[in-house]
Amino acid sequence: MRNLLEVENLVVHFDTDGGLVEVLDDVNFTMRAGETLGLVGESGSGKSVSAIAVLGMIRRPGRILAGSIRFEGIDLLRLSEDEMRRYRGRRIAMIPQRYRTALNPVISAGRLISRLFEIHEGCSRAAASRRALELLDLVGVADPPRCMQQYPHQLSGGMCQRVMIAMALATSPRLLIADEPTTGLDVSIAARILELLRDLSKRTGTAILLITHDLGVVAQTCQRVAVMHAGQLVETAPVRELFRSPAHPYTRALVRSIPRIDVEVKLEPVPGTIPSLRHPPTGCRYRNRCPHAMEICQHDKPRQAAVGLDHEVSCFAFGEHCDAAA
Amino acid sequence: MTPLLEVAGLRKSFALVGPKTWAARLRGERPAVRAVDGVSFAIAKGETLGLVGESGCGKSTVARCLLRVIEPTSGSIRFAGEEITALDGRQLRNTRRAMQMVYQDPTAALNPRLNARRTIEEPLRLHFKMTSAERRERLNEVVAEVDLGADLVERYPHELSDGQRQRVNIARAIAAHPSLVVLDEPTSALDVSLRSRIILLFETLQKRLGLSYLFISHDVATVKYLAHRVAVMYLGVIVEEADSASLFAAPHHPYTRALLSSVPAPDPDFRGERLMLHGEIPSPTNTYAGCRLQNRCPLAQAGCAEPVPWREVAPGHHVLCHLA
Repeated sequence: MRNLLEVENLVVHFDTDGGLVEVLDDVNFTMRAGETLGLVGESGSGKSVSAIAVLGMIRRPGRILAGSIRFEGIDLLRLSEDEMRRYRGRRIAMIPQRYRTALNPVISAGRLISRLFEIHEGCSRAAASRRALELLDLVGVADPPRCMQQYPHQLSGGMCQRVMIAMALATSPRLLIADEPTTGLDVSIAARILELLRDLSKRTGTAILLITHDLGVVAQTCQRVAVMHAGQLVETAPVRELFRSPAHPYTRALVRSIPRIDVEVKLEPVPGTIPSLRHPPTGCRYRNRCPHAMEICQHDKPRQAAVGLDHEVSCFAFGEHCDAAA
Repeated sequence: MTPLLEVAGLRKSFALVGPKTWAARLRGERPAVRAVDGVSFAIAKGETLGLVGESGCGKSTVARCLLRVIEPTSGSIRFAGEEITALDGRQLRNTRRAMQMVYQDPTAALNPRLNARRTIEEPLRLHFKMTSAERRERLNEVVAEVDLGADLVERYPHELSDGQRQRVNIARAIAAHPSLVVLDEPTSALDVSLRSRIILLFETLQKRLGLSYLFISHDVATVKYLAHRVAVMYLGVIVEEADSASLFAAPHHPYTRALLSSVPAPDPDFRGERLMLHGEIPSPTNTYAGCRLQNRCPLAQAGCAEPVPWREVAPGHHVLCHLA
């Protein structure tokens, strides 16, 4: 089966007053149609920038230096701005992180959604409004007709997030990017939003790129996981495999660093701090935090290598690198 | 032994004013938000009580009342055997030395115009007559205690990272030798890897200094890790209280069960109980005769409209529910 999304060798830099920031360093990942991929890592690991790159929204001072982003076989980076508009919002939609600020405060929830049908599908105002009502019902808003009339400040956090999801789904996208969709929501509301995303992806076949730092959310929602550290992708694996046998030292540290509700654990924080991306370490960017760092990690960048079915890791201590390191 | 802190029947209501309430006020009613509506608990020396609940349940209001940042409407707060609700002036200041607080947002809680040294010395200036050499000595002790790095003390908040800022906040809280520290969501604004370090720091400080904590959080997993006992709040009241092991192994109240079942476990094969409440948290302006959860509870029965007793279901495990 052909992949829905293929990100290859993506390199993104930001020119700032303080110097060049190497935000993404050779990022590779793929997504299949209908699957939910979790993108995890600490703040500043490049999760959101990867998502923004897929939407073609890297703006100055950001620059894409190299790589390709193929969506349904077409390299999005080669498209003109006008051509990109046929994809952005229509084929690829996003639920931004800050749902409060992402909604236009002077437009009612109903209008926010119905406008999209007018713009993207040329519906009449009445037809668009009817479809907005259906969509609010689909995302589980308790009283859709009332919600249509309300403005964002009159809605609770969970309701705002549902309106955002409705807006993202209005154009029946093939790929939905959800950037920390439950951060800042109460647990019971968060649980319902996740259930909604799971359910929608099953019913509509929309693939979801779920950006989060919450491993619990990943475990309960995603089929596959990609782990990022300091702008590098360190491991991709099916969700079970990632939690049962994490391969990269960073992934293993991350799994052990969180308090858990299901089992008793001894907390072990990830050692060290995320390196500055202004002058990132050469070779593997995790080497200064890694208990297994070797000579080779200083000079060479580890390539992604298979360690299991659908399970790839970028570390000299694993896979085909083992011989080279020995 | 008397507990360090004993709270009984604590209530705080905020009167509603403004254009939407004038009709009710003309009728002689007094519309109010009952943020905390009769809360009782105790914390022993060296103990951590976890207070969990969702936004708007009143947990932060409880914290503010304890420190008398806001005045409780009624109820009693006994700290180290002394009733503190009526204290003022010098006595109140003395009590506050022994009760400190760490806030959720490490940046907002620091004065941007004071460097770390001045911030941490502030409580020492307020509460003790110390020479600058003595202050400096205590500063060095505290900075070492929270693992801040002595070279960072001259820095201003904007020159510190989030984790370092939270360490400054913690240093300030423990500088004047408190016996109780109220932690109001101290890890919620931090990144994953920082969170676990700050949790471990709280654990170490408690062991070394014999501190008692009131740990307020909506992060159930962190509460499970840190707290010895846990109280669950919903709409201004505590609905369940038990020692941590008993509460997480056998939660009784439907609200607690729903809360715990909403927390996603970091294990793809984990299938816990699924208990979903319907609807949203009702307005805290309402008054309730019976159970506050009855309209959302999947297990509600006719009896739930009657006043609910606070019952012991296992030794030290109390629940506010007819059914449990």
